[in-house]
Parts: sequence; structure tokens; C-alpha cells
Amino acid sequence: MKKSQLFFLLILASVLVFLPQISSEYVLDWLTKTMIFAIFALSLELLVGQTGLVCFGQSAFFGIGAYTAVLFSAKVDHTYLGYLLPLAIFAAALYALIVGALSLRTKGVYFIMVTLAFAQMAYYVIHDTPLGGGTDGIYLYHKPIIFRDLVLEGSIFIYFFTTICLFLVLGFLGLLSSSRFGRALIGIKINELRMRAMGFETYWYKLVAFVISGAIAGIAGFLFAMKDGFVNPEILSWHLSGAVLMMIILGGLGHLRGAVIGAFTYALLEELFRSEIIFGSFSKNWHLGLGLTLILSVALLPKGLFGIRDQLQKSLPLYLANFKKLPKTKL
Amino acid sequence: MDFFTLLIQVLNAVQYGLLLFLVAAGLTLIFGMMGIINLAHGSFYMIGAYLSFGLAPIVAQTIGGGFLVTLVVGLIFAIFLGYLLEWLFYSYLYERDHLQQVLMTYGLILVFEEIRSLLLGDDVHSVAIPAWLSASVQLGDIMTYPIYRLFISGICLLLAAAMLIVLTKTRLGMMIRAGSVNREMTQSLGVNIQFLYRLVFASGVAIAAFAGMIAAPVTSVYPGMGQSILIICFVVVVIGGIGSIRGALIASLLIGFVDTFSKVLLPNVAGVLVYVLMATILLWKPSGLFKAGS
Repeated sequence: MKKSQLFFLLILASVLVFLPQISSEYVLDWLTKTMIFAIFALSLELLVGQTGLVCFGQSAFFGIGAYTAVLFSAKVDHTYLGYLLPLAIFAAALYALIVGALSLRTKGVYFIMVTLAFAQMAYYVIHDTPLGGGTDGIYLYHKPIIFRDLVLEGSIFIYFFTTICLFLVLGFLGLLSSSRFGRALIGIKINELRMRAMGFETYWYKLVAFVISGAIAGIAGFLFAMKDGFVNPEILSWHLSGAVLMMIILGGLGHLRGAVIGAFTYALLEELFRSEIIFGSFSKNWHLGLGLTLILSVALLPKGLFGIRDQLQKSLPLYLANFKKLPKTKL
Repeated sequence: MDFFTLLIQVLNAVQYGLLLFLVAAGLTLIFGMMGIINLAHGSFYMIGAYLSFGLAPIVAQTIGGGFLVTLVVGLIFAIFLGYLLEWLFYSYLYERDHLQQVLMTYGLILVFEEIRSLLLGDDVHSVAIPAWLSASVQLGDIMTYPIYRLFISGICLLLAAAMLIVLTKTRLGMMIRAGSVNREMTQSLGVNIQFLYRLVFASGVAIAAFAGMIAAPVTSVYPGMGQSILIICFVVVVIGGIGSIRGALIASLLIGFVDTFSKVLLPNVAGVLVYVLMATILLWKPSGLFKAGS
């Protein structure tokens, strides 16, 4: 592990452990939600940032994880976490296997659209059939038991559970990206043809990455259902796929840290533009500020927030050098 | 289903398909020629619809014209808007990769939606059908079909034919097609490619807005209308093959029929069916029915 990576993890861990001591219920809820989205963003980062597959239907796996958790919880009694969580992950991974096996036959823009189409299919199945409670969504009445009397409920407990999940996912993806498999994925991102020429069956590598990504999105969906105790079809809509894509692009592609930073920045921006104290009645139209920020970030930060350092290192000396060369008489 | 019900559904399917074509045509041209994934294209349809709602009273007061004058004023506004947007935002995206384009155009969607909300509010509004088109045609003993829907189909057909002729038979179309195949080579042959791009983009915006303007009396105007049509138009573009106008025409009619008839015959799965169709076609032909240029 590099020094900067360790540094990032230490700061993140200490902030996340320390914050609940001083923060209110609202902040705690916000932090939990943002960490869930960070896990979700990490799942997409594995596909977009590490493998170069732009998936525009990630919300389907998130939603399927969440819906599985709610649908398979017993109506009158608590269910075991050891049964519910693997089931949610399995359901999301299974759908990812089907979608991946079919959509990986296409490339580029077509891949983006096919994954979107499969996500829309899942959305309409949940939205239009009585299976998932239709547009109203369904409530989760009894949260699962971890063991004996320990039930996964209460905002502090769910917060720490989510924190642990975030670090496990980060650790797992970190190990994965330094393994032979992870290197092969990066190779596919850079030049798939060359990887094939070197004897890698790239289709299977991409498919495994797709399934892992779906499974992690399923974890995020499961946590989301646990946090709110409620699911509705909107968590499968393409807006969520879009938002999570924004998070990882905003953070900077190609780094796991970028996904986490992006998720937190996106959530902070949302809070900022929604706050009535700063924007008054304009806070109702908070999308305007968010949209303008996204446009500006494309114009100014082509490599995302994570790339700011590189960008400065490259352009600042150049800028300064040019500045010195300017003839002074003109100023 | 008796003959007249079938006829009405067929007419509805054709009208919906042709309307989709108008929006999708601009999308596929911008996609194919400039290589830009324009998520904000649905917003231009939305802008058009709100133009016909918002402009009508202003036009009636200042110029004193009716429906047609509003259409013309709206069209001029849309061309101007498209030209401006290309100059301010899109011209920076040509060299960037697809993800940056997705991010910026997504940002534009948010901005357009909020500006719409600030200017005209979030309510659903209906737009009146002009009096001279509000009659209906008698079909059989009990059924009627509104003339306005026939008018929409007619205008869409005219525009579609005009677009195909301009693209395949004129010198301008030749330059556009050349530009979509090889930008540098076309430029080196003395074509002002930057102006050409701006022109294509502006007309794409104008056509999408025009579709919104003539659709508004049928669909009414409501927030989020641009986004639902955007996704369907992407389906059309992908089925038809990116960059192919002819493909977009056939695909949008196909979607029009599948959508209309599935809503009548299988209402439970109507939402899913369009996407199933797209997935099947792409698995059979991974780059759409028609490749660009063929």
C-alpha cells in the first residue's frame, strides 16, 4: 500500500469514527446515506474506472439488492442477517450475470444503452407489477438479527455497520486491483485487443468484473433498505444511475479514492445548494446550482477532483514560467 | 378488435413514431456527426413544448398571430438557442471523451429544468388546439379521430422527407455526411466544418423543439417530459444504428407501433416491451439495424 493511500484511509477512518460523537441525528443519517452511495459508487468505479466499461444501468443492481432484502424479510418476525444479506447480494449478482453475459457482446455507446435498457426493464417490472408493491413501494417492518438479540436497527448501529461495510468493500477492491485479475482489467481498459493477443479471454474477465460490481451494488442497496426501512421503484430509475456516474466522474476515474471523494462531494454539493440559510428561496431550485457546478467541473477539471493535484503540478509551473515571460511594459 | 379501432391505433402509432423521429433525428445526427452523447436533447423537446405554452399569449398580444405565428417565432428562438449552446458549451466537448460529455449534458438537463421551473412553475398545463384544427373525422358509426393528430403526422412526414432529401440529394447534405465520416479530411477540402457543425446542431435543436411545440396540444406540458422522451429516443437511435437517419425513421415507427399496441393489448408489460425489443435487436445486430453511411 502506498503512503498516500494509507493516509487517505486513516483520515477517512478517524473522521468516520469521531463524527457520530459530536453530530446530530440528521448529520448521522446524512453520513450513513453518503457512505452507502460511496459503496455504490465504488461498485461502478470497478466497471468504469478500472475496466473501462461504462455501465448506465447500475441502479438496477442497487434496487434489486434493496427489494430482495425487503421482500425476503419475514412479515411478522425478524430474519437472520446471515441469510438476508447473502440473498440480496446473490440476487443482484445473478441479474448482473444475465445482463453482463448479454450486454458484453456490444461495445462503446451501444453498451451504455443496452445496460440502460436492462435497468429500465427491471424498473418497469418493479413499477408496473404487483410483485414489488407498485409505485407505492413497500415497508420493511422487522430489521434483521445479526445474532441472538442483536437487531440491525438504530441510527448509530446502522451507521457503524455501514462504515464497516465501506471499509471491507474498499479493502476488497484494493486487493482486487493489485491482483493479477485487477491488472488484467486495467489492461482491458487500456487496450483490449492487445490483451486478447496476449492470450487473455477478455470476455470472461469483463463478465466476472460485471458480476462483482453488481454484487457490491447489491450490498449498497441492502444497506439502503436497512437504513430507511422502505423501498420504492425510484431507486431503480435511470436518474440514480446517472447520479452515481456523476459521482465517480466528479471524483476522478481510475482511483478507488476518487469514487469515495466523489460520493461525498456530490452529497455535500447537494446539501449546500439545498440549504435555505445560504440560498434562501432559491434552495427550492437546488438542481440549478448542482447543474452549473457539474458543467464547470467538466470545463475546469477534466480529470476530476482527484486529478487536481496532477493538474496543478503540471500546469502551475508552466503558468508561472509563462507569466514571467510576459513583457512588463504591457501591464 | 374491429377495423376502425385498429385504424385508430395504427394512426396513433404512426403519429407517435413520427414525433419520436423528429426528436431522434437530431440526436442521431449530433451523435453520428459530432460524436457527442447529448443527454440534454430531451430538454429541447421540453423547451419546445413550453414555448408553445408560454409564447402563445405573448405572440397573440404583441404580433397578433395565432398558432402558426407562434410556431414560427418558437422555431426562430430554438435555432438561435441551438446556435448559442453549440458556441458556449458543446464546442468544448468534441475532443473530450464520452464520460465528460455525459457529465456536462446531464448538468445542462438540470439547468434547463430549473430555469423552466423558475420561469413557468411546476404545474401541468394544457395547450389549446387551434380552432381551425379542432374538428374530428368520423370513423364508422361511433368513433371519431381528431384532425389535429392527422395534422401532426402530416407535418412530421413532410419534415422527415425534407430531411432525407437535404441529406442525400443536396450539396449541403453531402458535406454533412462527409463531415461525419472524416472531420479533418473534409476540413482540408475547404469546408468550413465549424460552421457546419453549428448548423447541424442548431437544426437538431430546432427540430426537437418543433416536435415539442406541435406535440404540446396533444400531450399537455409537464415537468420531466423531456427526460422520458430522451430515453425512448436513445432506444430509437441505438436500434436504428447511430448516425443513420433512415435507421432512425424505421426504428421510431417500430417503437411507435410496439408501444401503442402493447399498451392496448398487454397493458401490464407495456413499459418493458420497448426495452426487450431493443435488447433483442442489439443481441442480433450489435450495432443497430442500419450502420451510418449505408
